[in-house]
Amino acid sequence: MIESIATRFAQVSPTVDFWSLRLVREVSENISVRQGILQPVHNSTSVGALITIMDGNRSGYAATSDLSISGLKTAVRRAQHLAQATQNNCVFSATELVKPTQSGNYTTPVETAWETLPLVEKINLLQDACSALKLSERIVDWQSYLGYQKAEVLFITSDGIRIEQTFHTIAPGLEAVANEGAKTQIRTGGGWGTARQGGLEQLNKLHFPQDAKRIAQQALDLLQAPSCPTGKMDVLLMPSQMMLQIHESIGHPLELDRILGDERNYAGTSFVSMDMFGNYQYGSDLLNVSFDPNLTEELASYAFDDDGTKAEKVSIIQNGLLQRPLGGASSQARAGLQGVANSRACGWNRAPIDRMANLNLEVGKHSLQDLIASIEHGILMDTNKSWSIDDSRNKFQFGCEFGQLIENGELKGLVSNPNYRGISATFWRNLAMVGDQTTFDILGTPYCGKGEPNQMIHVGHASPACVFHSVDVFGDS
Amino acid sequence: MQDYFNQLADKLMTHLTGQEFLTVSLTGERSDFVRLNNNKIRQAGNVSQVDVNVDLIEGKRHASATCDLSGNIQEDLSLLSDILKRLREQRALLPEDPYLNYATDVNNTSHMAPSSIPSTEEALEQIITAGTGLDLVGIWASGDMFRGFANSAGQRNWHSSTNFNFDFSVYHSSDKAIKLDYAGTQWGEEVLKSRMYTAREGLKVLERPAKTIKPGTYRAYLAPAAMRDIMDMMAWQGYGLKSHRTTQTPLIKMVKEGLTLHPAVTIKEDHIGGLAARFTTDGFLKPDQVTLIKAGAYQDCLVGARSAREYDQNVNAGSEHPNSLRLAAGNLLQSEILEQLHTGLYINNLWYCNFSDHNNCRITGMTRYACYWVENGKIESPINVMRFDESIYQMLGDNLIGLTKEREFLFDSSSYNQRSFASHFLPGALIEAFTLTL
Repeated sequence: MIESIATRFAQVSPTVDFWSLRLVREVSENISVRQGILQPVHNSTSVGALITIMDGNRSGYAATSDLSISGLKTAVRRAQHLAQATQNNCVFSATELVKPTQSGNYTTPVETAWETLPLVEKINLLQDACSALKLSERIVDWQSYLGYQKAEVLFITSDGIRIEQTFHTIAPGLEAVANEGAKTQIRTGGGWGTARQGGLEQLNKLHFPQDAKRIAQQALDLLQAPSCPTGKMDVLLMPSQMMLQIHESIGHPLELDRILGDERNYAGTSFVSMDMFGNYQYGSDLLNVSFDPNLTEELASYAFDDDGTKAEKVSIIQNGLLQRPLGGASSQARAGLQGVANSRACGWNRAPIDRMANLNLEVGKHSLQDLIASIEHGILMDTNKSWSIDDSRNKFQFGCEFGQLIENGELKGLVSNPNYRGISATFWRNLAMVGDQTTFDILGTPYCGKGEPNQMIHVGHASPACVFHSVDVFGDS
Repeated sequence: MQDYFNQLADKLMTHLTGQEFLTVSLTGERSDFVRLNNNKIRQAGNVSQVDVNVDLIEGKRHASATCDLSGNIQEDLSLLSDILKRLREQRALLPEDPYLNYATDVNNTSHMAPSSIPSTEEALEQIITAGTGLDLVGIWASGDMFRGFANSAGQRNWHSSTNFNFDFSVYHSSDKAIKLDYAGTQWGEEVLKSRMYTAREGLKVLERPAKTIKPGTYRAYLAPAAMRDIMDMMAWQGYGLKSHRTTQTPLIKMVKEGLTLHPAVTIKEDHIGGLAARFTTDGFLKPDQVTLIKAGAYQDCLVGARSAREYDQNVNAGSEHPNSLRLAAGNLLQSEILEQLHTGLYINNLWYCNFSDHNNCRITGMTRYACYWVENGKIESPINVMRFDESIYQMLGDNLIGLTKEREFLFDSSSYNQRSFASHFLPGALIEAFTLTL
């Protein structure tokens, strides 16, 4: 379908120095069962085009869901008018922008396609998972869901570049809400809040539906658990919290458009400045972070970003030393720094900006047992539930659904409402141990918000479990 | 667009068979978005988008789908006709939905707000001229926004607005900035100039050396924009009937243990005073207001269509989240706030709030932009950003001194997927003890 739109566009393509057309077709299906009741099955199809014009020192874009000849023509005209308005008043000249030079294609590897499981069987799967969550009368709300999206993206330019990419994404989840009086505890699992590229084979890897009984029991147990203790202590962060820690206090501060000031009115600036790359000790020498678009199951894997730059794995922090920012071709040209292929848009109706994509912490040498055994007094924290960080991405406070006391190298009882706070610039220097491959998990979030106009995009974060020393920890009021 | 929508709906209804019932809900915009950085244009674009959700119902079975539309009747009708066929097939596979709930009484409405706004090109020229010499960063958003509803009972509803929202900050250095916005349906260059004057005056204060505050408890004034962040946290599952019945509301202690806020706190969902459509996507009309908290005590919930059926209540909202939230005015005069504060924190903006203890509605977040240290009723210096951690039961309960008599109408500048129709109408709050932690 989008091929025919591209053909149509050829009839209205403008005579300018450069144009690009990004066509996106997204088809999604979302199914959920709450308290044994099938919720409305939601089917969605979104198709649209974003046309970018560069002419002289001017640039502008227009996005439209009207894909008729006249609709595309109107969009071209609007992009040209807006480009005109930028003349002599732009942050940087369109002539400085780097144009894509390579064509190619990419498709998510899929073992078991979404369509192979009929709708009725998917509903049955969700019903069974939902039933398994209802362990007690004190489980007062419980639900299971399963979502799928197929996104086809065709990017063509006036220079003859043609990039075709197709992404398949699976998003399952389970939630159990336990209550007693005015105390409520919520546990989630089975992929809740994250997603993976691939097919139905990803369900098992996200522990769906087998997580159901475990999380429901933990929600019940947390009702009886004492509050997380207060004080400076070690924390063992599982991958489901590490992903948030990486996201907020490494990913965002390293986004080059933030450092260049574009996001100061909304998402914020950064405590990182351009002179830090290549010489700033971001964390302990155990900290190795990479931009990795090649981990095919991860949410933001791709061959090209939305400006048409070829994507490759790159080290961002090596042995604790900051190497390069997360900035796409435009930001790199503005900053005079090497970056990564992370100029991305959340859909056809938004222009690309710097996003972190897949940002992963490389594995270390220690088993989970080693990590636990290393802690004299501390807390294991699992599954993020609260996140807050300043606009420079420095002072943070995060909370988790699940906490477990560690005393003298052994796991002890559960604690409720574990929170910790710190400062990005110093927190990563307290990274004391990094888990091995057996502790590693591929996660991410489909809900990273940024940009003006606002964009909600999916990002991937894969990490092993990690131990941090001397962290400010606290619990309930 | 309204004529197009009505024509499309009329024609679509002819595709129904048997006892089928159809609801059609449309959203769309034709918006210009121009980002600015350092008072120059960073990115200029236009988004023209229309999408529609159709719910094909027969008895208690239904299936729904959303798709983008072109605006061309024949093309869109052909697309939707195919979708209806697929939904008909899918519906046959689905069980009855016990919570299916849609309007069957016919209530037609049409609202088109009058407007007078400049072209984007004109507005940019005025903004960049007025901002000469300033490190101005932000976004200009303008154009048409619309919502429509139709059903096969013959109901037709329309809500549209042509407006602008210039959301911006003027930076002094580092993270020190004056945050402002100018939004509405009637543009005035003089108003823009007065906003810029406010920014320039604010920058003079930011020139002073910033003070780093130690963690501890301080007397504080939260301006209306800061109060918006607190209100948004309370609204995050705070008022929905489903979140109450499933004990997920952060206000659970108000409901289960009868905790109250200060008697000055009355919070309403002000459907009649807001900017959002008065009809829901299921065709229900919203009441003028819903009182959520009255004189500090919890009163009513927001009830969406499915919850209304599940818990046997009347629909009073589109979603179970406020769109037009109003906090009652108090008695403090804005002109006397510095004197009333005497010594403490003057907080213009908060940022990135979240719960640190959900069951106790304890909120953490950051100060942002221009926040000041005040001594003896005078602004002494800007402060470096600090983290707060405070329960709503202290902040707006025991420790609330009062709310201002003057309130600000705050347009929501958010644009995730589409530009928002949400708004707040809020006073500032003077608080005896506000806890900073980091």
